[in-house]
Amino acid sequence: MAENVFQLKIVTPERVFFDEPVQMVEFNTTEGEVGIYANHVPITLIISPGVLRITTAEGEKKAALHAGFVEVLPDKVTILAEIIEWPDEIDEERATEAERRARERIAARQDGVDLDRAEISLKKAIARINALR
Amino acid sequence: MASMRDIKRRKSSVESTQQITKAMKLVSTVKLQRAKARAEQSMFYFNELYNTVTSILAKARGLEHPYMKGGKSGKKAVVLITSNKGLAGGYNSNVIKLVTRDPEFNKENTIIYAIGKKGKDALQREGYEVMKDFSEAIEAPTYRDGMTVTKELLGAFEQGDIAEIYLAYTFFKNTVSHIPTMLKLLPVEIGEKELDEREKEVSDAPMNFEPEDEEALNLIIPKYISSMVYGALIEAQASENGARMQAMDNATNNAAEMIEHLSLLYNRARQSKITTELTEIIAGADAIS
Repeated sequence: MAENVFQLKIVTPERVFFDEPVQMVEFNTTEGEVGIYANHVPITLIISPGVLRITTAEGEKKAALHAGFVEVLPDKVTILAEIIEWPDEIDEERATEAERRARERIAARQDGVDLDRAEISLKKAIARINALR
Repeated sequence: MASMRDIKRRKSSVESTQQITKAMKLVSTVKLQRAKARAEQSMFYFNELYNTVTSILAKARGLEHPYMKGGKSGKKAVVLITSNKGLAGGYNSNVIKLVTRDPEFNKENTIIYAIGKKGKDALQREGYEVMKDFSEAIEAPTYRDGMTVTKELLGAFEQGDIAEIYLAYTFFKNTVSHIPTMLKLLPVEIGEKELDEREKEVSDAPMNFEPEDEEALNLIIPKYISSMVYGALIEAQASENGARMQAMDNATNNAAEMIEHLSLLYNRARQSKITTELTEIIAGADAIS
C-alpha cells in the first residue's frame, strides 16, 4: 500500500492547513471535478469553489475549498488555498442565509446586480453546506 | 537658577513620560514578534506561488496579455502602506518620500490607494489624488484585506483608469534595518535572466497547465497580486513595530539622561540652599554674641 500514498500539503497565506500522506484527494477545478491518486502526471490546476475530499488510510476528511490553485507532482500535491475551511469552522446558518440571498439576487436580475459575484457567493455557500453533510 | 520645586516638578514629569515610552516599547516588541511569526507562516505560500507564477510566465513569454503590457491611460496607481499611528521615528516619512521625491510620480499622473492614515493625510496635503482608503487593514492584516485591495486595483486597471500599479511599503530586513521599497506590480516584470533559468528547469520536468497560458494568467495574476499586497502588509506591520520599538527605546534613554541631569541640578540646588541657611544662622549667631 505504501507506494499508493502521496504527500498532500495544503497551505494558505496565513497557516499550514494540512500536511499528511494521503491516498486520494478530490476537488473542484475550473475544468470540472477531479480526483488525484499518486503518480499523477505533473499539472497545475485552478480551483473553483467546491468540497475538498481527502481519503487517507484512516478514512475520509472534508473541507470547503473556495479559491486557489493546485500543483500536482507524481509524489506530492500542493494546494495553495486562498480560502479553505474545515467543517467545524463553518457557520451553517450563515451559509444557508448566504445561499438564499445569492439565489434571490440571481433570480431578481436587477440592474446593478453583479451576476458573476452573486454566482460565486452561491457556489461558495453550496460548497460550505455540502462540506457539512 | 530654577527653584527646587520647579526642578522636582520637571523631573517627575519626565519620569512619567519615560514610563509611557517604556510601556510603548514593550508593546511594540510583542507586536513585532507576532508580525515576524506571521511572516514566517506565509513564507512557504509565497515561495510556492512565486515559483508557479514564474513558470507560467516562462511558458507564456511573448504573449500579448494586458497584465504583461500595462494600460494606455498613463496613470499610475500607488498602494501606499504606512501606519495609522505616529511615534515611529522616520518610518512613515520615509515611505511618503518614495512618492513625493520621485519625479516619476507627480500630482497629475498618480492615484493613491492608501493603507495607513499617516500616508493618506500627508499625500492629501501635498495635493495627490487619494482614490481609496483601506486604513483599518494595517491594524491586523488578513489575506482577505489583500484580496479586497487587489479587486479594487484590478477593477480600475481593467476599466483603463490606471495603466501601472506600484506598491510602496517598508521591507523588513531585520529588527534594526527596515528598507522603504517601491515595487512594480503591474505590468508584471520578472527579470529575463530569471525566466531563462526557470524555462530550463521547467523543460527538465514539464508541467502542464489546465487551463492554458492566457486563462491561467488571468486567474493566477490576481492571486499573485493579492499575496504581494498581503505580504507587504505583514512586512510593513513588522517594520512599523520595529521602528516604533527603536524610537521608544531612544526616547526612554533620552528620558533617563534627562532625569540624571535634573537630579544633579536638584541636589546642587538643595546643597546651595543648605549652605545659604547655614551662613545665615552663623551670621545671626555672630551678631548676637
